[in-house]
Amino acid sequence: MTVNGKAVSGSVEPRTLLVHFLREDLLLTGTHVGCESGYCGACTIHLDGVPTKSCMVLAAQADGCDVTTIEGLAKNGDLHPVQEGFWERHGLQCGFCTPGMIMSAAGILAENGSPTEAEIRHGLEGNLCRCTGYHNIVRAVEYAAAKMRGEEPAPPEWETDLV
Amino acid sequence: MSTTTSALGGVIRRKEDPALIRGRGRYVDDIKRTGELAAAFVRSPFANARINSIDVSAATAMAGVHAVYTIDDVRHLGPLIAQVPVGKLRPLLADGAVKHVGEAVAMVVADNRYIAQDAVDAIFVDYEPLEAVVDLKDAASDRVKVHDDLDSNVLLAWVGHEWWADVIAVEDPRPKIEEAKQRDDAVIVELEMVNQRLIPVAIEPRSVVASWNEGYERFEVYSSSQIPHALGGAIAKTFGLASNAVHVRAPEVGGGFGCKLNVYPDEILVCFASMRLHRPVRFTETRRESAVSTIQGRGWVATATLTGTPDGRILGYELRALTDMGAYSQNFTVAIPLLGLWVSAGQYDIPAYFEAKCVVTNTQTTDAYRGAGRPEALYYIERMIDAYAREIGMDPAEVRRKNYWKNDQFPAVNNTGLAIDSGDYETNLDKLLEMADYEGLKRMQAEARAEGRYIGIGLSTYLEICGFGPSVLSEIGFGWNNYGLPSSFSGSGLVRVNPDGSATVIIGTGPSGQGHETTWAQIASSVLGITTDKIRVSHGDTAESPMGVGTFGSRSAAVDGTATYEAAVKVRDKAAEIAAHLMEAAPEDIRFADGGAHVVGTPGRVVTWEEIADVAYRPHRGPDGLDAGLEAHAVFSPGNATWPFGSHIAVVEVDPETGNVEFLRYIGIDDCGNVINPMIVDGQVHGGIAQGVGQALFEEAIYDDAGNLLSGSLIDYPIPTAGDLPSFELGRTVTPTDVNPMGVKGIGEAGTIGSAQTIVNAVVDALAPLGVKHIDMPLRPRKVWQAIQDARG
Repeated sequence: MTVNGKAVSGSVEPRTLLVHFLREDLLLTGTHVGCESGYCGACTIHLDGVPTKSCMVLAAQADGCDVTTIEGLAKNGDLHPVQEGFWERHGLQCGFCTPGMIMSAAGILAENGSPTEAEIRHGLEGNLCRCTGYHNIVRAVEYAAAKMRGEEPAPPEWETDLV
Repeated sequence: MSTTTSALGGVIRRKEDPALIRGRGRYVDDIKRTGELAAAFVRSPFANARINSIDVSAATAMAGVHAVYTIDDVRHLGPLIAQVPVGKLRPLLADGAVKHVGEAVAMVVADNRYIAQDAVDAIFVDYEPLEAVVDLKDAASDRVKVHDDLDSNVLLAWVGHEWWADVIAVEDPRPKIEEAKQRDDAVIVELEMVNQRLIPVAIEPRSVVASWNEGYERFEVYSSSQIPHALGGAIAKTFGLASNAVHVRAPEVGGGFGCKLNVYPDEILVCFASMRLHRPVRFTETRRESAVSTIQGRGWVATATLTGTPDGRILGYELRALTDMGAYSQNFTVAIPLLGLWVSAGQYDIPAYFEAKCVVTNTQTTDAYRGAGRPEALYYIERMIDAYAREIGMDPAEVRRKNYWKNDQFPAVNNTGLAIDSGDYETNLDKLLEMADYEGLKRMQAEARAEGRYIGIGLSTYLEICGFGPSVLSEIGFGWNNYGLPSSFSGSGLVRVNPDGSATVIIGTGPSGQGHETTWAQIASSVLGITTDKIRVSHGDTAESPMGVGTFGSRSAAVDGTATYEAAVKVRDKAAEIAAHLMEAAPEDIRFADGGAHVVGTPGRVVTWEEIADVAYRPHRGPDGLDAGLEAHAVFSPGNATWPFGSHIAVVEVDPETGNVEFLRYIGIDDCGNVINPMIVDGQVHGGIAQGVGQALFEEAIYDDAGNLLSGSLIDYPIPTAGDLPSFELGRTVTPTDVNPMGVKGIGEAGTIGSAQTIVNAVVDALAPLGVKHIDMPLRPRKVWQAIQDARG
């Protein structure tokens, strides 16, 4: 398969999950395991461009596929607008759900450049966050959407940045 | 000597984030040790059973299995150490009996987790099931005893006016309350309410990897812990080592909420296995396993009685609770209701009686879950204020206002003998009512009701106690004494200006998303005038940091933050001496700003931190008698806890056909004293409210009569999703504390403490026209629908 633009190969047991192959064999530990049952979304990656929970896919099923993980989202050192949005709008606290959340959010924006708040919230229902109450995650995705449309994002809800 | 404090109260983007948003953060399960093995556990399917035999032979013979351990291998290590050892301590592995579903019975260590899990399935345990007791009232009756060697399932009762009778004398409020009940005009409201069992659900499952380094006779441990020092102490004590022979690191921790504020048997057992096998050993829990092997929270059933006058003056409040401890006592277990006791009367100057019996049951241990005792206490009193207001036909905001502690009463000694540091409850409430447009909301509700819609306005105010100390509480268990680390909950901070002029701050906290690297950089920057980009904050490492308590109880900023502030002041004072020498001025005339020092009145001539550090590390260049180096350590032991407060309003609409509850608005005004970083403070409130919403509407650890946990996965234990929550409207008032020099109180748990009852009050308000007086949480659609049907007869 191709992972983050590079061809990779490996031999695995038939039962090996894609997320374990990414983490254990390729050492791409940015993709997290939160529930091994497809509910929490911490393991979300892009499989042939589609946000996919990598704990629900066997590594062997991804043979020949194009995989993008959180490590491959920034291009040439430039953050993806969603990554930038999460930083600028405090879209993360402990950061554990964040890679999956960012991959899902990037998927939403790839399909719909101007999502409403309700559409963002609905689109992220497969990704659980226990820290943020999602408030600032929604602000982060709105920030990214504006950036990707070439518009100035709405100002933050707090006082002006110092640094 | 003054300094710039511009970095306090401002927003900077988090220093933690660049790694985390790129997937480059390092959580325990991301840190691989050479040659590591994986552990997995056989867990009990029964809530109460004798173990007749355990056959591990097939598992031991499997390829890739290195060892299988049972209690016979580890009994000599004793039970799991608890900080508050009241009740039955947990054996490291089941010792002849199991007392809850999920209790660890045997441990397998194998080449990898897949093989370890295969071997778990090959172990045969012969159980003899016994009757389990799950219901709290049933357990409190001692009809079935959980542990043969305990006198009763009721371990102790916390009583509000005599929790520390030897030291703090408080008048028994009951005679006054009884007298009030006899008044002709007495209005008495009583409700029995359940504050249900919850599962913390940190998104990162707990993970630990331990390595016994034989050559250096030292354990190296990485654990997803909120309390790395306490864990290190517990390991050292268990194995008879000095505490400096255990190096614990808590790297990135993926959420805690109290569930990682504990020492777990698996953390001790991986150490044991590593010592035996001479290999690093890892254990990472699965999600389903987490539900039964990590502590749970809440689990109260209580009867609350409120006595008042027809015009809104509360004359007495009583709460009698049974609180669920689960089967074994771990870190704080029986101490959790005590935190509720301290705030049992909320923000009110009223006679209040509190009693909480700690009851063991055949269920997983309970301990601290976000708020820990305080959400329970505030839930009860704030539900009762609402019920009373409804009974006398008075606006619930006005009832609250009428019974608040007034500004000139602070420090106010409450019904438990503790002094509330500071408060301005009316201003806070007024700000909320204005921001919510309370009168407008009531008009909107009246119009909606006329159209047959069920819109509810829920109000709650809350009082919190956090930032523990005071130090004297270590005499009753608030410290890590039982982990071999005699201490109170003092904070510590070490500040070092390095030879190149950058600064390092090292703290003994164990954050799990609270943004300490950012906030502590702001604290140090505010004192030293070194910009935050040149300050690196390090935490969660027992070898690197001074003795630290960890992160919990909304304590880190108020206690460890203060210690860091004081350490930075010491460094600044020394730097001022050096700068004065270099500029031939008096130290008291030196000011720090913009990355260097200048003499007051002449900001143009600056000595940089690089120049100051150069002298500090080459003392012969400095004034006579200068000690080399530029670092300081401070320990801060607060004289009191801090007491944040706030007011929240939820506006909901209930669909009478489905029972579904939808948020129209959620508004919160919180007061945590002075604010270091408003962005981070707001984020803490958002997350706190979300967990309160989870309890109010969705979450419940449901045990059947046989003690099976029926809601152990994320599909039947639904935590809120993005689609379940509204955007929150937040504001704040600022009432500083004088308990610490920065005037900060704490914000980690406030949102949770303020929210669940706000939402229940809103739903009950929505259904008030039908005569609904109470519905127990979680207010899932079916339950709400049923309440509507019952009310309609």
